[in-house]
Amino acid sequence: MSDILLAVRDLKVHFPVRSAGWRGAHCHLKALDGVSFDVRAGESLGVVGESGCGKSTLARALLQLIPPTAGQVLWLGEDIAGLGDRAMRPRRRGLQIVFQDPLASLDPRMTVGDIIGEPLRVFQPELKPDQIRHRVETLMGTVGLLPHMINRYPHEFSGGQCQRIGIARAIVLQPKLVVCDEPVSALDVSIQAQIINLLMALQRQMGLALIFISHDLSIVRHLSHRVMVLYLGRVMELGHRDGLYRNPLHPYTRALLSAVPIPDPDLERARQRVTLTGDLPSPLAPPTGCVFRTRCPMADRRCEEHTPLLEPAGPGRQVACHHWRRNADT
Amino acid sequence: MDELLSVADLETRFRTPEGEVAAVAGVSFAIDPGESLGVVGESGSGKSQVFLSIMGLLAKNGRCSGQVRFRGEDILGLPAARLNALRGSRMSMIFQDPMTSLNPYLTVSRQLTEVVVEHLGLSRDQARARALEALERVGLPDPAARIDLYPHAFSGGMRQRVMIAMAILCQPELLIADEPTTALDVTIQAQILDLMRVLKRESNTATVIITHDLGVVAGLCDQVMVMYAGRLVETGSVREIFYQPRHPYTRGLLRAMPRLDDIQDGLLDTIPGQPPNLQALPPGCAYQERCPQVYPRCRSERPELRILGPRRGVACHLELGP
Ligand SMILES: Nc1ncnc2c1ncn2[C@@H]1O[C@H](COP(=O)(O)OP(=O)(O)OP(=O)(O)O)[C@@H](O)[C@H]1O
Ligand code: SF4
Ligand code: SF4
Ligand SMILES: [Mg+2]
Repeated sequence: MSDILLAVRDLKVHFPVRSAGWRGAHCHLKALDGVSFDVRAGESLGVVGESGCGKSTLARALLQLIPPTAGQVLWLGEDIAGLGDRAMRPRRRGLQIVFQDPLASLDPRMTVGDIIGEPLRVFQPELKPDQIRHRVETLMGTVGLLPHMINRYPHEFSGGQCQRIGIARAIVLQPKLVVCDEPVSALDVSIQAQIINLLMALQRQMGLALIFISHDLSIVRHLSHRVMVLYLGRVMELGHRDGLYRNPLHPYTRALLSAVPIPDPDLERARQRVTLTGDLPSPLAPPTGCVFRTRCPMADRRCEEHTPLLEPAGPGRQVACHHWRRNADT
Repeated sequence: MDELLSVADLETRFRTPEGEVAAVAGVSFAIDPGESLGVVGESGSGKSQVFLSIMGLLAKNGRCSGQVRFRGEDILGLPAARLNALRGSRMSMIFQDPMTSLNPYLTVSRQLTEVVVEHLGLSRDQARARALEALERVGLPDPAARIDLYPHAFSGGMRQRVMIAMAILCQPELLIADEPTTALDVTIQAQILDLMRVLKRESNTATVIITHDLGVVAGLCDQVMVMYAGRLVETGSVREIFYQPRHPYTRGLLRAMPRLDDIQDGLLDTIPGQPPNLQALPPGCAYQERCPQVYPRCRSERPELRILGPRRGVACHLELGP
């Protein structure tokens, strides 16, 4: 058990919102509603789901950038849920984040050298400026940036390069876990592959654990050991990558996988599809019972009345569906 | 004259404070009636500007030259009145963000009926019936109850359907879709792609799909055009492009994409470097800095698009043989 870095238990993040209309009754948007999972040292956990399923909220709540409403976030055995910025600081050494929008996440008034080196100055004040500079230049090389660009500003870099800067900054203190929130979504295909490779190489070299959040199931398949599927703030399915992609048990996972186009004309045209009807329900008024039931091809009365719990479904596999057994390979 | 649209030597330039940018250079192609053409390439490669030029929708600082024929008629630089008559009725365009085409202050019924009244001269009642029918065709749930709502009352997927409905109202001969599903969730994207497949089957509308997602092209298109730095680098049938890609950039793109059905792990093949700056293109081939097969000639001489067959072309010196 000692290799568990992060254990999340029944995590909830509810945002108070005023509903539309002049009277504006108060209600809660349940961005995350009871999410539990573990992350082990050196592994990568992919998190997939559609817009509004709570992916970014999860990233921020893990880092305590937004306070969880309930539940535990056990970082190295210690519950950090609700810790303020001050208390979180020393813990962020080991727990870092990379954001989706590469340029917006970097301070435009700082040079690249300052951006990447800042954590060193904060956490290792004993380092001399030229030692910091040396560390930063080495790291720039590692992430594929030219070290002589150390005095440039973020706007002088392309999106892919900015993402490299963000990654360099996140790993400069040799963290144990990096949460990546859609780190390649804003990038071109050819640049995406470069960043994915960089993350995979860093993971291998440094023994990094990754939480890789993405709406792109092909990318998640490529670099995850395990995958968690979210829908409207809840975990639908969690399991080892190969099992989950080969035999998805939750109807939502099945639909997601079948919706991803494959860049191969013959295969793509011969595929059997499960197309979901309808739209994502509003997270302000999630369906009763199973949150997926309004779009689920297998929904019945039971799904309307009872919320399925996340239950074990084979080794390392968990599913939240009353009828998952019907989808299991026999 | 078989071709619906034929484009020759299209060139699009923008004036900017840093000088002129050639966003599109020497692009030629043709589309047959009913055909579906996919246009792929990285951000900034000129995909959108090609079709904005054709539609006469360039930004103010843009100029284009070349020849664009729609059913034989030269339409590049046509007066606005004549272009407006074509746009929306015989050719229409839909965008990634539906709100660029939908007016937030007008109800959907108003916007849809206006198009038909203007272009087909139908009465209000006939136009409304026609609009309802189009909304039904694009699979908008409960159209009768929704037609009098404002666009903001719709989800992203529903707005995209409304925009498609508006685009097909007059049964255009050409429908240009610029990243129609990029902003949508995968399950919603699948619905819209299904819809486009059905529309394609049921009508003789030719479609252009501009996208960076090769999977979308694989499922939907007959012909493919690959663009790089404002130029056409390869063109061919969808099977030729996916199974016998010839341009090093096309090959690189296909390999760099992780696939859902991938069984291989480890590092992805990548295209090194970044897309070039259009304002500082090197002499010779624009892909030279990233190309694994670059050789001296590529640095001095620009490769022209060599025609290898009726619908097949590649712009690379390797095609000449070693
Ligand atoms: N109004 C403008 N003024 C100056 N340059 C422009 C203008 N509009 C477009 N460009 C430039 O023209 C080039 C081609 O742009 P275009 O929008 O066609 O690319 P694209 O292939 O559609 O990219 P994306 O995938 O990002 O949509 C880009 O370098 C872009 O910056
Ligand atoms: S519980 Fe019912 S509605 Fe929910 S996913 Fe399973 S079958 Fe579908
Ligand atoms: S012309 Fe030369 S540099 Fe350009 S793609 Fe062909 S081989 Fe590569
Ligand atoms: Mg574009």
